[in-house]
Amino acid sequence: MTELTYRQALNDTLRAEMARDENVYLIGEEIGVFEGSYKITAGLLKEFGPRRVVDTPIAEEGFTGVAIGSAMLGLRPVVEIMTINFSLIAIDQIVNHAAKIRSMFGGEVSVPLVIRTPGGGGQQLAATHSQNLEVWYAHIPGLKVVAPSSPADAKALLTAAIRDDDPVLFLENLGLYNLKGEVPDGEQVGEIGTAAIVKDGTDITVVSYSRGVVTAVEVANQLAGEGISVEVVDLRSLRPLDRDTVCDSVRKTSRAVIFEDDLLTYGIGAEISATIGEGAFDWLDAPVRRVAAAEVPLPYSKPLERAAMPDAAALTKVIRETLAASAFQGGQDV
Amino acid sequence: MSEVVMPRLSDTMEEGELATWLKNEGDTIAKGDILAEIETDKATMDLEAFESGVLEKHLVDAGSVVPIGTPVAIIGDGSGTTDAPKKKDPPKAQETPQAEEPPKAKEAPQVEEPPKSASRNQASGKLRMSPVARKIAKDHGIDPATITGSGPQGRVVRADVEAAISQQAASPTAPVSPSATAARPAGAMIPGSDEEIPVNRIRKVAAKRLTESQAVPHFFLTSVVDVEKLLAFRSDVNESLEAQGVRVSVNDLFVRAAAVTLRQHPEANSSWGDDSVIRRARVNIGIAVATDAGLLVPVVHDAETKGLGAIAQETVALAEKARDGKLSPDEMSGGTFSISNLGMFGIDQFTAVINPPEAAILAVGAASPVPVVRDGVLVEVPKLKITLTVDHRVMDGAVAANFLRDLVGVLEHPLRMLL
Amino acid sequence: MADTRRPKATGKTAKQSSAPADVLRGYYTQMVLVREFELRASEMYARAKIGGYCHLNLGEEATVVGLMAALKPTDYLYTTYRDHGYALARGMEPGAVMAELFGKSTGVVGGYGGSMHMFDLERRTMGGYGIVGGQIPLATGAAFAINYRSAAGKNAEAVMCLMGDGTTNIGAFHESLNLAGLWKLPIVYVIVNNRLGMGTSVEHASAEPDLYKRGCAYRIPGERVDGDDPVAVRDAALAALEKARVDRQPMILETMSYRLKGHSVVDPARYRSKEDTEAAQENDPVPAFRTRLITSGALDDKAADAIHEAAEKTVDEAVKFADSSADPLPAEMFDRVYATPVANMPSAFPGDPVVVAS
Repeated sequence: MTELTYRQALNDTLRAEMARDENVYLIGEEIGVFEGSYKITAGLLKEFGPRRVVDTPIAEEGFTGVAIGSAMLGLRPVVEIMTINFSLIAIDQIVNHAAKIRSMFGGEVSVPLVIRTPGGGGQQLAATHSQNLEVWYAHIPGLKVVAPSSPADAKALLTAAIRDDDPVLFLENLGLYNLKGEVPDGEQVGEIGTAAIVKDGTDITVVSYSRGVVTAVEVANQLAGEGISVEVVDLRSLRPLDRDTVCDSVRKTSRAVIFEDDLLTYGIGAEISATIGEGAFDWLDAPVRRVAAAEVPLPYSKPLERAAMPDAAALTKVIRETLAASAFQGGQDV
Repeated sequence: MSEVVMPRLSDTMEEGELATWLKNEGDTIAKGDILAEIETDKATMDLEAFESGVLEKHLVDAGSVVPIGTPVAIIGDGSGTTDAPKKKDPPKAQETPQAEEPPKAKEAPQVEEPPKSASRNQASGKLRMSPVARKIAKDHGIDPATITGSGPQGRVVRADVEAAISQQAASPTAPVSPSATAARPAGAMIPGSDEEIPVNRIRKVAAKRLTESQAVPHFFLTSVVDVEKLLAFRSDVNESLEAQGVRVSVNDLFVRAAAVTLRQHPEANSSWGDDSVIRRARVNIGIAVATDAGLLVPVVHDAETKGLGAIAQETVALAEKARDGKLSPDEMSGGTFSISNLGMFGIDQFTAVINPPEAAILAVGAASPVPVVRDGVLVEVPKLKITLTVDHRVMDGAVAANFLRDLVGVLEHPLRMLL
Repeated sequence: MADTRRPKATGKTAKQSSAPADVLRGYYTQMVLVREFELRASEMYARAKIGGYCHLNLGEEATVVGLMAALKPTDYLYTTYRDHGYALARGMEPGAVMAELFGKSTGVVGGYGGSMHMFDLERRTMGGYGIVGGQIPLATGAAFAINYRSAAGKNAEAVMCLMGDGTTNIGAFHESLNLAGLWKLPIVYVIVNNRLGMGTSVEHASAEPDLYKRGCAYRIPGERVDGDDPVAVRDAALAALEKARVDRQPMILETMSYRLKGHSVVDPARYRSKEDTEAAQENDPVPAFRTRLITSGALDDKAADAIHEAAEKTVDEAVKFADSSADPLPAEMFDRVYATPVANMPSAFPGDPVVVAS
């Protein structure tokens, strides 16, 4: 085990996978000479040269398509899209091509592609640079979408994504890059498609992913002091979605809150809520609630940004309300 | 208009008993509604409506056994309902809540009385109840309308049903409210001298249950069981289950033996229902488990339908959950008979306290070698003593003795367990 | 106005624009097969054997055959949704192509793609693409992969990326050309100019209607060739591919032809003037090439008729094969979504529970 930042775990993993497989190369804007907008690719150009670390012009559709085409011929590109907001410029290539090519061509060809991209707001980047668009991609069969919340998962899931023969959207978050955590040494290949219980609890389940998990665990620890036992499910993979882990948890706790950075309507939380309704209906003791962002283009002003984004206080409030909705008496006497 | 027929609900089913009508004549039926409970050769199953309409007529009475394919009811547009509502029909005001959770006449006859708390729900015309509360209430045969909800707008939540379950035994007819259970007995503690040790919820529940059982008029029957064959049988079984990693305990054999015997003696698988005896449809065996937190009695549901391997696996899992404090209320309730085994503590014989609303509990002592003359030779045979505690309101001495004799028969001829 | 005149045979191309008689007969045979196949596809569409969209190469047979003749088996082809002829000329079985149109399990991609998505990895035919311009970044990526893995040279692999005239206005075209020009990728972008993007003429769609010039901003040279002459098309494509292979110089080739019919089988093309339609028929490359070969002595009427009959027979058999083939199985459709098995992969049909309720 070594304590690493999320950023360093990504950097180490890219280096290790490039050293392991000649077909792995990095492509994106400002990833080489500039060492990455968020410095995830720092040092890699020097180490692997411009053939393996390809700086591109500002042309998301072009270079994402190039990566997909090269993957059809067996290369394993790792694309960096500077933020998920810019992925919209490449969305035809991702959704109409990367996701479809294998199935549409009868399974004859695969697209072993990774698109790394950070989402999330909170840095006063205003409306166009603060979005959480992962649900757009999580909606699409043919893609896999993973969203690690810890340095250890970042390493394990990025390794898995690079070695996977399918297109994987690897969701990072600006707010997670400096997060520190213990990371197991040596090769770690995570399992795409599975959620994890990151904190055990008995009174209520909080389902989240990516940065939301960090907040959820903080809130759970806070509430533990009051005798409220919160279980935190980290989805980790948004497609495929591990519905069983979510339902198993809710069957245990009978209450659920979904915490997401994304907008509320049609969001990940809506899908999780429907899943619980179908898979754990008989076990619910209170309506499933969602804590998500206010439905506005995110304003620049700090107070407005804070007001629009879901936070620990909102999550705590909704947990309490959900407990109250089922006349929860508190778990202190057990 | 269409006929609802006795469905084929199991591969071997030829006829079925219409056990309980859950929808009355004149009721509006939506496709998928459960019209009745059907007792098949294997289990109690739901009779589902395949179309919507109005239940115009019951063609057979509850309790009738008819071949599959026999029409049992007619669903139409309502124009065929000519009869005035029968006495079974609920008063109009109750129609909606009653349709949500039909009364289980068989298990809880008192529910046909207008629920005392129903007025709260009549305002909205719908009973507010969380799904898990609904499920637990159904599993325990409790009419939701008799429970006072403590959730928002009177929603009946899980805690309310759990309170009602423990209340049910003490006073099956009284509607339960959380405030009734909240009263604490004042302690007689001498400050500075005595130490007050707060107890957990498990002990509180156990204390309550045990107190309730004092109201039960009970008597005790003891038998000596020759367990030589039983222990040999256990070795055989375990040898054959070894590959699956399953080990059957002596206690599992008692669970199986009790379940098989209870199936033959439904009178022992019953509860006192104030002025009636309630025959339990399911055989659910509670097993007393000592944990650090206190006594817990997880339940092996439908034990007579389960093989020894399945019982063994379940009891191991339940015991583990009990020790980890992870038993769900479901896993701790619904018992119809209990077994307490202190053999492993070297206790030769003891009497156990009935776990209401069950009618009996079996106390199992330790096996010890007893000298016996067999074919003119003195040999040692392992024997143990079992003591049955019986609710006299449910069973008389002779009835209980019959049951115990048959139980001993199964234990001494363990192959009967497989029948 | 665009200069839509047919380019004169000039310089290098003039010397190469002939070929041995058997080769010419071979081109004619392929053109006739494409023609017969497309006419039958149109009929089968009307008979409701074929669903969805169905775009035909009618009028483009010379371009199809000329371009495909220039490719080596090691070259990669990315094409548009108007792809039946390319599939046939690239060597896919007519029966398998027809079966794909019929949506059958014996189709080139098992009935998963249909008319717009002919694909054959073995023949390095990397797919027909339905999104206009979507194939251009992909083809550029294939060229990137070739560049990544191997050196330039006469026998190096190269990519040919087809597109229609309307496609040159889309962003993906310009982004891709910029990348190819920047990174010196071995690719030839072929603009199959049939003068209409659906119903919109080149002049109404492109500020620079001389489409072969559109690479100038990326220093990608372009050439225009008579798309009704398979030999001229072949030679121009060979020259462009050579530049791509040896010099890693991306190239543009614009082929000029007429679309004989509507945009797709369901388009009566009423927006075309009578003159334009007549011009298209006059320039029909199939009879024109027949006449040319008969005039030059490479073919006689009897042999030409035999070629037609053989093509008809082949297409008859293709239809029979497609008709008698089995539909793909619903139970297998989830198998093709992912290459790497993945936990919790969705496999619910409509109405199935997505999670086990308990």
